Amino acid sequence: MTVAPTVSSDERISKVGLARRLLIRPELGAVVGLIAVFVFFAAQSPVFRSPAGIANWLDPAATLGIMAVAIALLMIGGEFDLSAGVLTGTTGLILVTLATRYGFDVWTAMLAGLVVALLIGLANGLIVTRTRLPSFIVTLGTFLMLQGINLGVTKALTGTVQVSGLRRAAGYETARTIFAGTIEIGGTSFRVAILWWVFVTAAATWVLMRSRAGNWIFAVGGNEQAARAVGVPAARTKIALFMTTAVAAWLVGSILALRYTSVQANIGIGQEFIYIIAAVIGGCLLTGGYGSAIGAAIGAVIFGMADKGIVFLGWDADWFKFFLGAMLLLATLANRLVRRYAEEVKH
Amino acid sequence: MIIQTRDIGKSFGSVLALREVSMSVEAGKVTCVLGDNGAGKSTLIKILAGVHQHDTGSFLVDGSEVRFGSPREALDRGIATVYQDLAMIPLMSVWRNFFLGSEPRKGLAFDVATARRVAREELQAMGIDIRDVDQPVGTLSGGERQSVAIARAVHFGARVLILDEPTSALGVKQAGVVLRYIARARDRGLGVVFITHNPHHAYPVGDRFLLLNRGTSLGEYGKGDITREELTGLMAGGAELEQLSHELDRE
Ligand SMILES: Nc1ncnc2c1ncn2[C@@H]1O[C@H](COP(=O)(O)OP(=O)(O)OP(=O)(O)O)[C@@H](O)[C@H]1O
Ligand SMILES: [Mg+2]
Repeated sequence: MTVAPTVSSDERISKVGLARRLLIRPELGAVVGLIAVFVFFAAQSPVFRSPAGIANWLDPAATLGIMAVAIALLMIGGEFDLSAGVLTGTTGLILVTLATRYGFDVWTAMLAGLVVALLIGLANGLIVTRTRLPSFIVTLGTFLMLQGINLGVTKALTGTVQVSGLRRAAGYETARTIFAGTIEIGGTSFRVAILWWVFVTAAATWVLMRSRAGNWIFAVGGNEQAARAVGVPAARTKIALFMTTAVAAWLVGSILALRYTSVQANIGIGQEFIYIIAAVIGGCLLTGGYGSAIGAAIGAVIFGMADKGIVFLGWDADWFKFFLGAMLLLATLANRLVRRYAEEVKH
Repeated sequence: MIIQTRDIGKSFGSVLALREVSMSVEAGKVTCVLGDNGAGKSTLIKILAGVHQHDTGSFLVDGSEVRFGSPREALDRGIATVYQDLAMIPLMSVWRNFFLGSEPRKGLAFDVATARRVAREELQAMGIDIRDVDQPVGTLSGGERQSVAIARAVHFGARVLILDEPTSALGVKQAGVVLRYIARARDRGLGVVFITHNPHHAYPVGDRFLLLNRGTSLGEYGKGDITREELTGLMAGGAELEQLSHELDRE
């Protein structure tokens, strides 16, 4: 948050200090992590810091980042969604199946996927807000159900665990250009998904910081009772967040399906925790009410860098898991300090 | 006379929480409700605030009888309540809390600049000395948080402000600060209902004093009709206090 320059100054403000003020920004830890990780890999691998290398690690960051940003909004609103990863698979499977086996063109098939995603988000939101059950359990249920459907339906239709052949569908080329194409910048080709990710992050940041909905998201995550008491539509806010997450899953599912033209029935499983981890590294509190979209996007970059950087260095990919755990632990410790500071009550 | 109750009563099952209590709230006046624990103070103001409905007697707002179904209805009639467990989000900034649920808009956007400015101005107008409206509410002291809640109620057009024990958890100095804002709200023409255990908090700001004891009224007094000593005496149950001072003297 910026300070208007017109503030009539109070001598006590100066004591708070710029450093202290920056310290309570949720993204701070992620920015520090970003610099550290970049320097670590860039110092050892020239490829890593080359334009081609950057394009290479920004790609996984983009698809992960779109999801991490949506999950961050949801977490700030005080909820989790464990079904988000599998839902990227479900929407991709719907797209490819409808376009290759039922004669849909790519656009109609994508629209069908979007409708299904919105319905699943709505169902998650309604169940959580109506029953007041923890979203962790509710979406664990949807996660397992979707996982079962993805595999069951795919096997029943194709006899295998994947659907493919999207390339032959009508409208494929245009859709691919928009969602899964590349753009040349200075002789290096970057994935279009990066633009989508930047757009999603900017939009989410605007909503959080500059819209009424953003105020409500922070409030329902911070203290739902109090928010409702002053007239915030808490249930509607949460349902909208679940549906936003579902739309993000649809976007990522479609991007990946158009890129690879085939979808594995087990895709996305396990990703749900990666999204949460990226959001937490970006400064989201597990307890809700605090966090940032930009932070989650940075969390995703850290992942992308580590994921590809370890390969560039020729290390065993197992080290990635170790790295993941260490980052998560550090981030949670940093967040705990922030929360202590922000909540300390001076009597 | 904005609010009036006539012989109002309320029971919870077999518990008679309130019996035949009459009181009134005037614009620009502070009505203090005093009484021991369990006297029925919270029950009384919850009826005024629309949380509970009365069983007997009548409740009048602007001279006509009402029965609120929800706190929202009370709020729509300009009756705002600040509870001890304040409706504030600790991790959100002062200005975000101030406008929560009633955010000013500019096109589609939340008019952040206006919100920040108005919050600062409103707090200043109430004489509330907040260092920085960007700081999280969780970093304010208890008294400061009460004050922000009072300023918010005033800003959103409350005619009657009900405060349930706003000073009970506060130190002497902080309580003084909150009392000053109560006086400020009164000067701005609001009717204030101020609930407290403490006659020393009530006496300086109060215009009328309603004394409750075990659900019944010991009377409603104007400031001219009662001295601070009499008020304190009534609060403690007169004779009991004399007995107590007698006992303490002998030691
Ligand atoms: N919802 C309820 N159900 C049953 N009994 C209740 C309920 N609310 C209050 N009471 C009873 O009514 C009586 C008056 O309670 P009330 O909360 O109004 O007291 P109070 O004067 O506010 O006390 P304190 O100073 O401790 O806040 C008490 O005996 C209490 O147990
Ligand atoms: Mg009480």
